[in-house]
Formats: sequence, structure tokens, C-alpha cells
Amino acid sequence: MIIKDKVKMPVLNKKIRQTNFEEVACGYDIELAKLEAKRCLDCKNPKCIAACPVQVPIPEFIKLILEDKLDEAYYKIYEDNILPAICGRVCPQEKQCEGACIVGIKGDSVSIGALERFIGDYALDNDLSKNETIIEKNIKVAVIGSGPAGLSASASLRRLGYDVTVYEALHDFGGVLKYGIPDFRLPKNIVTTEINKLRTMGVKFEKNVIIGKSITIDQLLNEYNYQSIFLGTGAGLPSSLKIKGENFSGVYYANEFLTRVNLMKSHTFPKNPTPVKVGDNVAVVGGGNVAMDAARTAKRLGAKNVFILYRRDMDALPARLEEIHHAIEEGIDFRLLKNPVELIGDKYIVKQVKCEIMELGEPDKSGRRRPIGTNKYEIIDIDSCIISIGQLPNPILRESTDKLDVDDWGRIKTNVHMTSIDGVFAGGDVVSGAATVILAMGAGKEAAVEMDKYIQSKKQ
Amino acid sequence: MYEIISKKVLNKDVDLMQIKAPLVAKNAKPGHFIILRVDENGERIPLTITEVSDDLVTIIYQKLGFSTRLLGKLQVGDSISDFVGPLGKASHIVNEHKIIGVAGGVGAAPLFPQLKEYKRLGKHVTLVIGARSKEHIILLDDYKEFCDEIYIATDNGSLGQKGFVTDVLQTLYQTHTYDHAIAIGPLVMMKSTVELNKKHGIKTDVSLNPIMIDGTGMCGNCRVSIGGKTFFACVDGPDFPGEEVDFDELIARQSYYKDEEHICNLGLE
Ligand code: FES
Repeated sequence: MIIKDKVKMPVLNKKIRQTNFEEVACGYDIELAKLEAKRCLDCKNPKCIAACPVQVPIPEFIKLILEDKLDEAYYKIYEDNILPAICGRVCPQEKQCEGACIVGIKGDSVSIGALERFIGDYALDNDLSKNETIIEKNIKVAVIGSGPAGLSASASLRRLGYDVTVYEALHDFGGVLKYGIPDFRLPKNIVTTEINKLRTMGVKFEKNVIIGKSITIDQLLNEYNYQSIFLGTGAGLPSSLKIKGENFSGVYYANEFLTRVNLMKSHTFPKNPTPVKVGDNVAVVGGGNVAMDAARTAKRLGAKNVFILYRRDMDALPARLEEIHHAIEEGIDFRLLKNPVELIGDKYIVKQVKCEIMELGEPDKSGRRRPIGTNKYEIIDIDSCIISIGQLPNPILRESTDKLDVDDWGRIKTNVHMTSIDGVFAGGDVVSGAATVILAMGAGKEAAVEMDKYIQSKKQ
Repeated sequence: MYEIISKKVLNKDVDLMQIKAPLVAKNAKPGHFIILRVDENGERIPLTITEVSDDLVTIIYQKLGFSTRLLGKLQVGDSISDFVGPLGKASHIVNEHKIIGVAGGVGAAPLFPQLKEYKRLGKHVTLVIGARSKEHIILLDDYKEFCDEIYIATDNGSLGQKGFVTDVLQTLYQTHTYDHAIAIGPLVMMKSTVELNKKHGIKTDVSLNPIMIDGTGMCGNCRVSIGGKTFFACVDGPDFPGEEVDFDELIARQSYYKDEEHICNLGLE
């Protein structure tokens, strides 16, 4: 029998949320998890698995929950996804597994993400880690970047017996999981715990090393004797609006704004001396997850009015559904069909944003209706503006590595995960452009397999 | 952790430190900078590399902001949390003969490796160095070792000519010609030097030090307008052609967190 309604995940009270950075979605307990698990039909031909970028055997782990075999459920997921507590929280499930769920045709899809998170959290709380015997190969490989792609590649490489060193440019590990995604969506201690697990597995982590600057790719290969390298440096370079006034003070790229808060902890200023200020009225430009994160962060920093300026309509917002819901609950004001054309300032400090009012025309290549200018404008008073319209790959590696081929957007070109440099592989956002955590993890895992093949073939 | 190997107090506001950082030293060139965090909660602050020898990286800092004052409290044997680099593009060394370097205050530190490089290439090097008073002139003896000519200006006249570096330059330009200038110091000083040099047909390189976080081109905090286009000082700079820099915008960006800086400083009293 199909149970149409899903078991809702408890959430933090709206009022409390606006004053702190605690996690909003509180997760299932075992009772709720089992209730929800019961809704899975255990399909013969599970569409959800095919729709998962790393093909987690979803019905199997759900069945194990029902049988009270939570340890086993974790190990089942772990075979394909080393970070269930993280993916359960940040994957766009409605576009992946849950979007394909058969139960979803007539009712709510099974909350696969919430169940995955439940198992991930259970594993963290109980310090579960799979006892794997690693047969040492004593061959050195390097992983550049400790974000989702790098972590996943390093886990896979380590399990294959390689001596893995991860290099991180910042002072903390996790990449976008640390500097980008706020605590109220992904508490940082989860990321730290997962990274420590990799350490226990034998992966080495080096912070404050900028590959391309501190050590070049050439030096890694020839002086440090790494037999193969994985580049997972992500997409961190903010795209600009290219409008007047963009360099006024009070105008942030989302990366700066979120890094100040997430990595540098400016919300605890002056305890942490890196400041951030938003003022009363904040405009956030963009409609993706990063825009939602920025808007909700601004609200928590005390902004009275936070506007999302987006040039299409509500249906076209690229953000995860859950984030949009939470943003609405938290009083974020969605000003749709508005396209910023100028930032107006006084003494180089932003004061207003001028938007063109848009309307929707014929569908474009993305299948969404194309926004068209109406020549009508609206001016909104603001104290700060956060630009969140996407990121491109980080520039340092390509600028400092001669033979590394990239496309017009700076994305590294690969052929079966190998770059134009022999033995150097790449995956994640630096190849695909800004995408999702799970796609980056999938790419890291696949690249690790190719690196292994490459190294083995060279030995013969 | 990165150990402080030596420390020299250059004057009451400015210290020199040698930090053990092999991976910064490895590929560092004149013009590169580093980002450091004093402790676990620290801000990320950029500082130019003054000199490198083996594993050691020399930095010079002015104890003006909260984090540099905190750094100043550390002694030889202590360690700092984070020290990363070399960042930025190495200085663009032009193929001109008569080079004039203009240093304002602690700007004498980042100018040092550049002028030294010009001298190493056999150029004629003149230094105009200015500061508030005699005590605030730094690295003078080190400069004396290789500069062909040195002129000094102090606000109070306690050393050299009384006035600003631009006053010295104005006098100099009546009798001397130069092919290329490099000016490093406070933004207002660089701005006025560039304006004056423009009148005399001398191109001026400047080194910009906007607020930064990551230093790797990720946040955009360090953006500057150069010739109407946006550049990220941490990856595209820190050196830029002075004539094209929008100094007024940068001055505003630089002081955006002035009040917050003050709050932090109070915590140190
Ligand atoms: S300091 Fe972040 S981009 Fe330059």
C-alpha cells in the first residue's frame, strides 16, 4: 500500500533561527526514520538508484533500517558514498533519487535524503567506521583541494592502497563544505569528523599549500615523486554582474560574504576579529543555493529586510526546494523578475540597486522561459548587496601550469578524467563548472579508478 | 605552525620577523606576498615578502591594526598558526635604465626586493624615502648598500628634507630625469606620486594592498579598478600601473571596516 504523505522532518522554530546559526532541519529519530522507511516500495527496478550520481543502493539500505540493522545500512551506503551525513543534507534530492521515486508519482516521494542523513548521523554519533584492511602499495599520489571531489578521490585512492597526500590552500580542510555552506545547513563539526575519519584511514592532509605557487605541478611530479595527481580545486572564482558600481564598498560576492562568516566566523566578531557588516537592507542577486545561503545568513546577522533579486520566476529558481522553503519561512523577500542593472552609491559606498523589470518570453536552451527586459525600472534602497550568480574554476592552477588545457570558461579539459598533462587527472567543479557536492564526489571516485589504471599500466 | 626564527624592532611601530616556511620560500620571487594568521581565530592578513634565505621568509609589518599588533607581541621561538604563499604575481621588472623608487613609511619594505632586483640587473637605482620622522625611516642602511642615490623626506624634518616624498621629487625633477618609477606606501602617497610623475612623463608601478581573505582569487574582496576594469589584486597584482588605478575607490574599500578595527584594537588595550 502506498502511503502518500511523507514523514516531515522536525525543524528549528522560525523565531529562534533568525538569531543563531544552528542547524534548521533537525533530522529524523529512529521512530520517524522507520515510519518513513516503510513508505519505500522496494521496487524491482529501482529508478532512484539510476538517478543517483553515485548509484547508492537505496532500497537496500532503507530495508536495513526497517530491520534495525543501522550499522549495516551505513556500510551499504558507504560503499558508494563516503559522506552520507553531508550528502543527505546538501544533495538536490528532488532532482535526483527522490525525483525518480515511484511513490512520488501519486504522493510525496520517499524522503531518501532524510533517511541517508539519518544513517550518516547515526554513524557519526556512534563512531562507526568500516574495518577495512588496506594493502599498502607504497606509491605516492597527490590530491589537490580538500573539497568534495578531493575527499572522495582520496578515500578511493587510499582504499586501493596508495599513499595519499591532500594539499589544501586555505587554513582549514573541506573546501566549499567549510567556506561555502553555512552551519545552519551543514554543521562544520560533521565535516571535521568526516575528515578525521580519512586521517584515521591513513590519508595525509597538508594545509596552507597552494599548488601552482608553493609547489608547482611540475615539482610535485618530478621533485616529490608523486606518480599521479588529482586536481579537485573547485569553482571558486565569483562571476560578476558587470554593471556599474560593482566595486563599491558594501557590495560582496557571495564567496567573500560566506567565507567571512563560515570560515572566518565573523558572526562571532570581535571574538573572531574578521568583521562583516550587512546593515538593515540587503539585496542578494541570484536564485541558486548559494544565494539562499547568503540571504539566510544576512538575516541571521541582523538584517531587517533581505531581498532575493532574480531575473526569472519562482518556478525557475535553481536552489534546492527545501532551502527555498526555509528561506520563505525565515522571511526572505523574493523579488522576482528583477534584473540589477546598476548599483548606485555615495562616496563609494552602495546605497541603492536599480533593477530592470523583466517578463518571461519563449523557453531558452535550458528549457526555462527566457527573461526579457521591459525597459521599466525600479530602484531599491539597500545597505549591502551580495552577488551570487555563479562561480567559475579557480584561476591559479591554470595560470601557473603551462601545459594544462582549459576551455573558454577556464574549466580543465579532460579525457576519461585525465588532463592534458600525463598522469594528472581532474574532477569536480574545476572540470564541470559549479555543480553539486555529489557530482564532484562521483567524479573524484571515478577519477581515482582511472588513476589506479594509469599507475598500474605504467608499472608493466 | 610556523616558527619565528628572528625578530628585530625597527622602530616603535614596525618590526621585522624571519619565519620558517620552506614551502613559501621555495618559489618566492620579488613582489610576491604571503598571508598569515597569528592564531587559531586570527584574521588572514597579507604582507609582502621582503627577503628569502633558504627556508626563512622575512616580513616587515606595521603594528597598526589588531592582527599586526597581536603579531608584534610574539617573540623568537613562538609560532604563528598559518603562513601561506608565495601569492600574487612576481614584480614586472621593466627594461629601463634609470629607476626611481619612492617609499612611504612601511612601504620601504615591499619596495626593497624590487629595487634590489633592478640593481642586480645592473640598473641605476635612486631611492626617495619618506616617513613621519627619523625613527620611522626603515631599512635605510640596507638600502644604502646598493642604491646609487638616496633622498630622504620627513614630515617633521628630523631627517632629510622637511615635507613629503613628492616635495623631494619635485625638486629632483628640475635637474634629473628618470625612465621608470616604483612607488609603494600609503594610498594617498602613491596617488600623489603617480599624479606628479604623470606630469613629468614617468610611468609609475604601484603595489596595492587591499583587504584580502583567501589570497587565491576566490572571494573578490581584494578587487580593484584598473583602467576601468576589475582585477583581483591577490592573483592579478599586487603590482599595477599607477596611472590606471582608481585610488579613490580603493581608499574607500580600504577603510570600510575602520570602526570594526577600532573595536578589535580596544580589546588589546
Ligand atoms: S583575496 Fe580573495 S580574491 Fe583576492
